[in-house]
Amino acid sequence: MTGTGFSWNLLADIRNLWAYPFMVNAFRAGTIVAVIAGAMGWFMVLRRQSFAGHTLAVAAFPGAAGATLIGISATYGYFALCGGTAVVIALATRNRSPAGSRASESALIGIVQAFTLACGLLFVALYKGFLNGTTALLFGSFLGITAGQVVLLAAVGLGVLGVLAVIGRPLLFASVDPDVAAARGVPVRALSVAFLVLLGAAVAETAQITGALLVFALLVMPAATAQRLTPRPLAGLVLTVVIGWAVTWAGLIAAYYSPYPIGFYVTSFAFAAYLAAHIGVAARQRPRHRAALAGIEAA
Amino acid sequence: MNPIASTRPATGAPPAPGDAVPADPGAVLELRGAAVRVGGVILWSGVDLEVGAGEFVAVLGPNGVGKSTLLKVLLGLLPAAAGQVRVLGQPPGRANHRIGYLPQRRSFDPSVQIRGTDVVRLGLDGDRWGIPPPFGRRGRATARRVREVIDLAGATGYANRPIGECSGGEQQRLLLAQALIRQPGLLLLDEPLDSLDLPSQAAAAALIGRICRDQGVTVVMVAHDVNPIISHLDRVVYMAAGGAAAGTPAEVINSETLTRLYQTPVEVLTSSDGRLVVVGQPEPPALHTDRHASGGTP
Repeated sequence: MTGTGFSWNLLADIRNLWAYPFMVNAFRAGTIVAVIAGAMGWFMVLRRQSFAGHTLAVAAFPGAAGATLIGISATYGYFALCGGTAVVIALATRNRSPAGSRASESALIGIVQAFTLACGLLFVALYKGFLNGTTALLFGSFLGITAGQVVLLAAVGLGVLGVLAVIGRPLLFASVDPDVAAARGVPVRALSVAFLVLLGAAVAETAQITGALLVFALLVMPAATAQRLTPRPLAGLVLTVVIGWAVTWAGLIAAYYSPYPIGFYVTSFAFAAYLAAHIGVAARQRPRHRAALAGIEAA
Repeated sequence: MNPIASTRPATGAPPAPGDAVPADPGAVLELRGAAVRVGGVILWSGVDLEVGAGEFVAVLGPNGVGKSTLLKVLLGLLPAAAGQVRVLGQPPGRANHRIGYLPQRRSFDPSVQIRGTDVVRLGLDGDRWGIPPPFGRRGRATARRVREVIDLAGATGYANRPIGECSGGEQQRLLLAQALIRQPGLLLLDEPLDSLDLPSQAAAAALIGRICRDQGVTVVMVAHDVNPIISHLDRVVYMAAGGAAAGTPAEVINSETLTRLYQTPVEVLTSSDGRLVVVGQPEPPALHTDRHASGGTP
């Protein structure tokens, strides 16, 4: 399907890709997803709710499989199951104190995760002949995203960003310092429920591009990279979104010009960015560390 | 119910040296016959206490007696089971915007990648919805206030580092700055010296004493050990299951008062370097290893 091969002139490459409407849709969807996953992922990494996020991602699989089984768009399935699972986790863990609940919370989330995955397997088995699409559901695909899906992604994405803009500051307070936030009248528990629901929506969006199992490529990796690079909240959020956007576009281009799947490329590029940030920060800290040691020895 | 407090009613007592405002309507804290119930068990009852503006008060007592719970009652996070409680002239919870609160043993995990200055700033406007304007007059005023209060706490040197990478003492100073940022009339500190090494304890105690004097803030500090703070204190409150004894350190931390309070022989010894050692005060049963579990009655 490639009209012309890959050249190192990226602008020309992108112009070539955008000659195809399905690629334009893929880039649009990828951009929306990168922004939402980045913003929500930054908070998720800060709150250390990656396990809850992963469970929501796994729920995307039965969501899409179930939707296909009953003959509706997979997008609705993503939103229904990811959102539903988020509500279940939020309600089941809402009466626990923020600090002392990690163990029981993670056990409960693990139970939900196993069950949703099993449901997905059942739906695939019920829908005979659907097996070809299973890989795409699990590991992502950029083919066949319709203009209607892009509009839906944009609408939900705008909603998520809007709510996040309103609750972002108290959410940061509640995430970093729940006890003092509660004493100041911040509704810590309500915010934690709201955050999980938003996370469910973000995961549902991300799963469209990366598949259920590689959601973390966009949800965790850019955020972890950015938090490695800057301790400033606003700069970190912006950097997360930029990294997510860059790896998504690079992944789309690479996947178009090669026979290998997009999930692999997006994940690899995000991982490379994380590795580069880690090594870069460590290299920058090394001389400081040595200077400090030398200071101790001299004293 | 409370033999100690009734022999020394807060209103009728001779004012202690630091008692600038004895028993007037402007009392910052006022407890009359207060009691608290946690998990169906009365932790303490019959507590009378009055604290004036600018006083530095330590809350002492054995583990599990409900010292932290007292702070929660003052914040309105837990209702008083009996009696009357007024904080800054209002029922608990109404005046929280004028209270700086430092909860117990709060340390940030090394992986928390948020600057100290951001944590301090959250104390100022972290409870507001919406996106803060980073520029303009309000943004500049906010930034100035954050710098000011970090400077007051002596934390300027490391405020821009991720707070997880700061030492325990550095984190405690940043958290104190956070508690101070709204210029509170009352500071509630829950074992702020816990988990600090001895020199940091002395430095933090001196800092809190200086802030109390210079800023005219009333400080109520829950403490496990009175010695690091004793030279800065105006009054101490010793808590027991029955009630509480309040007064100057010399009035309360002696063998007679504590023996009467705990109704069991308690001896207060002075070591050669002047440190007070309380011997024989009841500790909670070994069963209650988690001293913050509910129902930790001594």
